[in-house]
Amino acid sequence: MDKTLDLKYTYTEKKDTRSGFGDGLLEAGRKNPNVVGLCADLIGSLKMGAFQKEFPERFFQVGIAEANMIGLAAGMTINGKIPFTGTFANFSTGRVYDQIRQSVAYSDKNVKICASHAGLTLGEDGATHQILEDVGMMKMLPHMTVINPCDYNQTKAATMAIADFEGPVYLRFGRPSWPIFTPADQKFEIGKAWHMIEGTDVTIFATGHLVWEAVVAEAMLREEGISAEVINIHTIKPLDEAAIIASVKKTGCAVSAEEHQLNGGLGDSIAQTLIRNNPAPLEYVGVNDSFGESGTPTELLEKYGLNAENIVKAAKKAIARK
Amino acid sequence: MDKQPLAQLTKISSQVRRDILRMVHAVQSGHPGASLGCTEFFVALYFNQMKHDSNFNMNGAGEDLFFLSNGHISPVWYSVLARSGYFPAEELKTFRKLNSRLQGHPATEENLPGIRIASGSLGQGLSAAIGAAQAKKIDKDDSTVYVLMGDGEQQEGQVWEACMYAAHHKVDNLIATIDFNRQQIDGPTKDVMDLKDLKAKWEAFGWEVIETFKGNDMEAVLEGLEKAKSLTGKGKPVLNLLHTEMGYGVDFMVGTHKWHGIAPSDEQLENALGQLEETLGDY
Repeated sequence: MDKTLDLKYTYTEKKDTRSGFGDGLLEAGRKNPNVVGLCADLIGSLKMGAFQKEFPERFFQVGIAEANMIGLAAGMTINGKIPFTGTFANFSTGRVYDQIRQSVAYSDKNVKICASHAGLTLGEDGATHQILEDVGMMKMLPHMTVINPCDYNQTKAATMAIADFEGPVYLRFGRPSWPIFTPADQKFEIGKAWHMIEGTDVTIFATGHLVWEAVVAEAMLREEGISAEVINIHTIKPLDEAAIIASVKKTGCAVSAEEHQLNGGLGDSIAQTLIRNNPAPLEYVGVNDSFGESGTPTELLEKYGLNAENIVKAAKKAIARK
Repeated sequence: MDKQPLAQLTKISSQVRRDILRMVHAVQSGHPGASLGCTEFFVALYFNQMKHDSNFNMNGAGEDLFFLSNGHISPVWYSVLARSGYFPAEELKTFRKLNSRLQGHPATEENLPGIRIASGSLGQGLSAAIGAAQAKKIDKDDSTVYVLMGDGEQQEGQVWEACMYAAHHKVDNLIATIDFNRQQIDGPTKDVMDLKDLKAKWEAFGWEVIETFKGNDMEAVLEGLEKAKSLTGKGKPVLNLLHTEMGYGVDFMVGTHKWHGIAPSDEQLENALGQLEETLGDY
């Protein structure tokens, strides 16, 4: 489908975002001797092996004990270490929410909670592992920064950026091989939305894997004579409210797109911003109060209404409500 | 701070107990029972054992660090921190009140000197202490990390995750202590959830375990902490099983879970203070 479209961003290679994390962590470790890694028996899945190999004295295998891992990381920050914890998004959030809340967020510790296999695109493992509530849980915590990059390059840049940032961060990425459509040399600015495509009829605010779906949707809409603006919201908290308000003032309506529950996700954050500052029609693309299931990433995005076609439908609906 | 001798430590303990009772009484909330029971331990640590600087900095490089996992016994910690110079004793008046740095449970949010991480939700302090101990090892800082837990707290699963980890990773610059008073909110631990043989359990996980049988006898507490210290640096984390009596120092509070989390009345306070000499001056 996307091969025949006139895409504003294209790709020649696909790679998983978790590899972006692993490669970013290695570079952050080379740059800053205070960077340490912790992993709860998922070194291969989190792509932390290269860091472990190069910095064995700064890497800690925790075993299958995520609560302890969060506490260890919080304790390590006291002496100025910058711990990156690695496990699946499910075990990085819901399983250890109280530990994060008390030992990391309330204590304002410089821990980087790095979470792979988030969302439906985890695929065949099914709903036990496909967490769709993590962004909501993390963004509710005071002091917490929440970042969900869109491809390998952006995940790598984000990983390096959070090492230089003081404060607790939730970094969310995923398992599937995904188009690399953003530049390798990008500057990652935490809290700064990225205007990827300018448009006038509707704004698509997308995060994570769905930024690619938004890029595809923009080309599909353009074929039908609709001009869509695409904004990459890699930082869900703090939200770039100024960019959101400015864009919707211009386009008059918006779509949010995320691999997350509608309740508590990016869409809700955008809705809050619009309602307080510039009320306008907003349509949500996300999972509507259900769990996922086993399947391929593509099948799941289609079945649960999260792919480019769904973004196109939502955009038309938003425009019709203007 | 210089090491205080035994006689002085006993005097300080009496004042700390007065502080605890007056703090809890003033706001009619807080946890006096285990605060009283752990008084000798805290006084021994801060006035004799630990190498620490009351001119607080979070990093604590070159200092021994203390973590309180059972955060509800904050009154004893606050008193000892104030009496050892971290903040004015006068500030103990603000305990649990609005706009205070002395939160119900210890926190860093208000920047109270001496506190390095929030605690209160049980089971988390040992993990944080292990992390701090490992960070010291990376920095080749040979000071010691101390942590106190409750015995009821041993029912939390995270404690055992941390316990397994510290032995596996040979975190031997760490001295954990369990306040073994055999009481928890709902009653004796043997009725609520029997801990069985804690010593055997920790030993089976690979820790060096010592017991301090007289946890309210200053000489015995010092001896236990000295022994624990002598066992550090030998490849194993060290556990000090500290037998205490909840409510120790006040005859009508001692040995029962009833004073775990309630405050004395005006008459009870007067009665209790009559049993404890004012040695350093009430705040």
